[in-house]
Amino acid sequence: MGGIPDDALLGMRDVTMRYGSRTVIDAIRLAVKPREKLAIIGPSGSGKTTILRLAMGLERPTDGFIRIDGQYLWHVQRNGALAPAGEQQARRARRAVGMVFQQFNLFPHMTALQNVTEPLIHVLRVNKKEANDRATDLLTRVGLATHLDHRPAQLSGGQQQRVAIARSLALRPKLMLFDEVTSALDPELIGEVLNVIRDLAHTTSMAMMIVTHEITFAADIADRVIVFDHGRIVEEGAPDVVLRQPQSPRTQQFLKAILER
Amino acid sequence: MTFQWDWGFALQTLPTLFQGLIFTLEATFYGSLLAFALGLIWALARLADVPVASQIVRLWVEFVRGTPLLIQLYFLFFIFPSYGVTLPALETGIIGLGIYYSAYASEVYRAGIEGVPRGQWEASLALGLPLRRVWGRIVLPQAMRFAIPVFGTYVISMFKESAILSTISVLELMGQANIISAETARYVEPLSMAALIFLCISYPAARLVRLLEARTGAS
Repeated sequence: MGGIPDDALLGMRDVTMRYGSRTVIDAIRLAVKPREKLAIIGPSGSGKTTILRLAMGLERPTDGFIRIDGQYLWHVQRNGALAPAGEQQARRARRAVGMVFQQFNLFPHMTALQNVTEPLIHVLRVNKKEANDRATDLLTRVGLATHLDHRPAQLSGGQQQRVAIARSLALRPKLMLFDEVTSALDPELIGEVLNVIRDLAHTTSMAMMIVTHEITFAADIADRVIVFDHGRIVEEGAPDVVLRQPQSPRTQQFLKAILER
Repeated sequence: MTFQWDWGFALQTLPTLFQGLIFTLEATFYGSLLAFALGLIWALARLADVPVASQIVRLWVEFVRGTPLLIQLYFLFFIFPSYGVTLPALETGIIGLGIYYSAYASEVYRAGIEGVPRGQWEASLALGLPLRRVWGRIVLPQAMRFAIPVFGTYVISMFKESAILSTISVLELMGQANIISAETARYVEPLSMAALIFLCISYPAARLVRLLEARTGAS
């Protein structure tokens, strides 16, 4: 229904986002399959971050339909038609999605462990002991077994971002969104975060949408790359093709600018 | 005739003044509790953006902030009883102080809540945390870090301002000083001693708040 492929984990149909007279996302059609790793690149202001925010349900699109894991974000199906719905429906649909932010957005007054147990206890309703065990496992997995009791302010940017990844993993999302997760990091800390994501990409069945400026990283983990410009998809395809032999002049220009950085 | 400070008399006033101090502290303590509880309610009501209710609360807060505490106390103590609302003087004073300071406290809460970065809300939303939990465990604790030092200065200010309760016959520190003055026709010693007691408490308290401010500001 709605022109979104049935097998899509995330589907967007004719999604448009306008702020006043400015169109940030222009009638996008997009489908992400289960397990698919999708990299999104493009110049700043092209709408890459907005597309993730729309997928997470942090913004309500001006127009169009978004479906996640069978649930529409802002619509309900009624008598075979789609009717606009509110925050309650969005909450239901968001469950399948997790997001890691550029600025980490950890809870500063909680320890690393508490940041991860928070959703386990209060969203999944897991008991405290079980939550502590699971959170410890997750933090171990991102290499922070020795930092469970540190608060965000006592951690480096790279460590904070790894806590944020563990926190999002706690809810076992089917789709994980990474929004320029290394852009706020000092250069020497970028590697440790990318390694964690690379490891997740290779070892889990989670689908991923990754907005990044790290072209080599994108080429390494993505099944498909899409290039955004002015709120539209200007090119998409396998990383080998899009990143090595781009067809669109905008992609060529963008990649050239990135490589000369 | 020259004035002579009488140390003996000054010291004699102390036991009576200390009796008054107990009421001063009581008024400050309960007044603060009331102010910070009501202030939170006003702040949340305004932030909730409920069409009519938020407007009414806004006007109410402006009204309380824009009129003198003394007039508010007179209304509570002299005018309300003729409409059947009668409370003892101290309770009236606590309510008066509490309401007056709640208007200021609500602005502090509001600034604190609005100062919590948007990313905290977005992370909570992305995790699907229940709204009650987001307010209670994520937003308000962070807002309080900002609010608590300010509240500290409000408590001190309320402590001193509570002297005004003597005008509605509460026998707090200032009230007792007034009575001694009237009975003995000596004003300087009782008023000076009362001022000294206020100072002995408010000065260290202010230092403490400054310390608290430095600590929360640093981290």
